[in-house]
Amino acid sequence: MSMVNPNIQGKRYPRSAAYLVGREKIREFARATFASEESIDLAAAKASGHSDLVAPPTFPIVLQEFGLKLVIADPEAGLDFSRVVHGEQKFVFQRPIVAGDLLTSELSVASVKSLGGNHMVVFDTEIFDEGNSLVCTAISTLVVRGEDA
Amino acid sequence: MPEISELTIGDVIAEKNFNLDRDSLVRYAGASGDFNPIHYRDDMAASVGLPGVLAHGMLTMGLSIDPVVSWLGDAGKILEYGVRFTKPVVVPAKGRAVITVVAKVAELDPETKKVRIDLQTSFDGNNVLGKSQVWVQL
Repeated sequence: MSMVNPNIQGKRYPRSAAYLVGREKIREFARATFASEESIDLAAAKASGHSDLVAPPTFPIVLQEFGLKLVIADPEAGLDFSRVVHGEQKFVFQRPIVAGDLLTSELSVASVKSLGGNHMVVFDTEIFDEGNSLVCTAISTLVVRGEDA
Repeated sequence: MPEISELTIGDVIAEKNFNLDRDSLVRYAGASGDFNPIHYRDDMAASVGLPGVLAHGMLTMGLSIDPVVSWLGDAGKILEYGVRFTKPVVVPAKGRAVITVVAKVAELDPETKKVRIDLQTSFDGNNVLGKSQVWVQL
């Protein structure tokens, strides 16, 4: 009985294809997360010293999803996604994401722990810009419920 | 931009209500790419034993930071944002779920001008996020 293979701890998945952050995608995501219109005003962003609109703080979830799809499709991981609950999420920024950024992401499995019949899996997704500088790290803890849980 | 010298630990810097309906969930599904049907189909939610259609945890996390971004006037000042998902938000087919966010100053570092803001996000009298902390650069 295993809802995820503990041996994937330390596994690093291939780098994603390049993702171009669009200004209107930022607006769409911002409105879907109830952000104010001021936060997606181009003149205001430029007045704050940014080259374009700044993505909302939870926007990197879009890039984290690319990596998670690789894990779900990975037979070695054996992750039963129907048993997965999102436990924790964190974003750590080296700099804000702005429209026009060409980003790639790379997901690795930071840890797999067993806890009371459940598994806790921590994924780190590092997001890089075109110059290969780290922009943001997204850290996600998924709880994989055991059969009796 | 707020001044760090004017802040005291415990200050409420923002408080806001958000009304979630089923349209909100469909809009977030489209924007984020998370099309898990438990976030828009009652039959699918029931089939996995849920009390109803749930808001995406990431939607709750995403809206909870909006009052902080508005207070800062610049999303680029957010250094770090993390939460624990503690309780689901059930969104009815008709009507809406009201989520309340209260943002308070929790830690101040006058040297680096970094401030920790703690968020309390509640629905139906319960906190739905735990350890909800934001580090900002003033």
